[in-house]
Amino acid sequence: MESQPLDFEKPVLELQRRLQELKSHSAKHDLDFDSEVESMELKIRETRRQIYENLSAWQRVQIARHVQRPFSLEYISCCFTEWVELHGDRVFGDDKAMPCGLAKLGSQRCVVVSQQKGRDTKENVKRNFGCAYPEGYRKALRIMRLGEKFNLPVIALIDTPGAYPGIGSEERHIAEAIAVNLREMMTLRVPIIACVVGEGGSGGALGIGVADRVLILENAYYSVISPEACSAILWKDRKHAAEAAEALKLTADDLMRLGVVDEVVPEPEGGAHRDHDVAAANLGTALRRNLQRALETPIEELLQQRYAKFRKLGNFAEPKKKNGA
Amino acid sequence: MAIFKKPSLKTDNRRKREMPQGLWQKCPGCGEVVHEIELNENDRVCPRCDYHFPLSAKQRIARLCDPDSFVELDAGLTSIDTLKFQGMASYKDRLRKYQDTTGLIDAVLSGHALIDGYKVAIAVMDFSFLAATMGSVVGERITRMIEYATSQRAAVVIVSASGGARMYEGMLSLMQMAKTSGALALHAEQKLPFISILTNPTTAGVMASFASLGDVIIAEPKAMVGFAGPRVIRETTHQDLPPGFQTAEFLQEHGLIDLIVHRRDMRAQLAQLLAYFTAS
Repeated sequence: MESQPLDFEKPVLELQRRLQELKSHSAKHDLDFDSEVESMELKIRETRRQIYENLSAWQRVQIARHVQRPFSLEYISCCFTEWVELHGDRVFGDDKAMPCGLAKLGSQRCVVVSQQKGRDTKENVKRNFGCAYPEGYRKALRIMRLGEKFNLPVIALIDTPGAYPGIGSEERHIAEAIAVNLREMMTLRVPIIACVVGEGGSGGALGIGVADRVLILENAYYSVISPEACSAILWKDRKHAAEAAEALKLTADDLMRLGVVDEVVPEPEGGAHRDHDVAAANLGTALRRNLQRALETPIEELLQQRYAKFRKLGNFAEPKKKNGA
Repeated sequence: MAIFKKPSLKTDNRRKREMPQGLWQKCPGCGEVVHEIELNENDRVCPRCDYHFPLSAKQRIARLCDPDSFVELDAGLTSIDTLKFQGMASYKDRLRKYQDTTGLIDAVLSGHALIDGYKVAIAVMDFSFLAATMGSVVGERITRMIEYATSQRAAVVIVSASGGARMYEGMLSLMQMAKTSGALALHAEQKLPFISILTNPTTAGVMASFASLGDVIIAEPKAMVGFAGPRVIRETTHQDLPPGFQTAEFLQEHGLIDLIVHRRDMRAQLAQLLAYFTAS
């Protein structure tokens, strides 16, 4: 797939253009440039490897937002079988930014809650750019409860810039919808495996992100605030987004170090958007392995571990206890 | 080039008369000037328009709890600059500045107390400390307070005011939402009451976690309460916001909170609710 290039991929693009020239030149004049072509191809691979081994936080944010990156529904169709989408929160509406339903992961029956962005304007209008309304979070909870009732574990695929900041969101109480999910997911009596597959936008991501295992794709990000908004607050200007992205420690590796995520799922070289099949295969393998382990753990133990996992997050200094204190 | 210089008409800022600090307050609600003494005698509520001026956490505890009953827990917990956050000012510098100006170590006071004789675990957020944003210390103190209540079979009362998660602590601050909400889940499983009080302003990450999980949710009159900030909503939607949007009254009209209670009646209202929820 010829994908839309990101700024930092320009050196690779330039080399590819020259390779194309070389090839057409060779064809036109019937000359043998095979060794040059080969060395050029090697150079392209090498350049791309170098770029992708040294990605900055801001570059990863751009990859995570790439329009040709696989989205949740694509992962669902690649990693799962027998998908049945279930619609609506039974109260207000059906939030298409939050597709939920039943699916099989291998032979394991599951419920899936997910966040879905669109590739073009039309699709993005339908999916609200992946920004769910309260009814999305309430639909997700309804489906997770369904999973609990029929002993089906929950898979959550996270990919949202954030919960939707709009009038309707406030009127229908987006804050409460997220808060209730946080509380209910903590004690839901089936295993929950979550994976940030693209953007993990703050409370909107966490709203389906309280899980026994929290995975993240290599180039996905998960942040308390978008780098642009952080830049606007701290530098009074959105232009410092790259610095903000660095400061926020939002990349997969940083989050592993902080203990916020449990596992990084590798992406194909050049990012998930370069090879959807490999990306999906990697995700499927990681989900199956983590789910299997969670299913083998007795539920009471799993619930204790889930609580302890979030309970220990945070970093602060505690004064030494004086006698009797 | 001009031959004659334009005469400078700049006023000298230093000589500008200012209102004497601390004696008079201009009410943000009605624009009237209110005297400090009058304000203090009236629970720091504007006598003309009922605008509720901010209170420090200490002032709130003194107003809500039985005299001398408050025992602070986990007082010494201090924030750490885990991410080594550098912006226009570093996180460390900001913490120090707010610690100096407010006399607080962080944005919450927590402990246990009696309210009309009922034992409660209580946390009060203080907006004057870094907009009472929730970082690790706020999350940890509130979580410990809730766990204390669960172990002592006590009610939880949280008085919120917050700008949301504390971005200087990155994802660790977001995780405090899950941590506090999880602790409330275990508290609720024991069938213990939680009363959430929303004060001006309670927003974002705090609103999207413990503040919205009360068995009863009370707001002070006209308090600004919501998830996203009005500026963000306007920029995203390009819509005019309805009048009174995101006020306590707006929330009650839409069925999102139980009660709006004037500050002078808050303690009595809490006592009445605690009596209903506490088996005698």
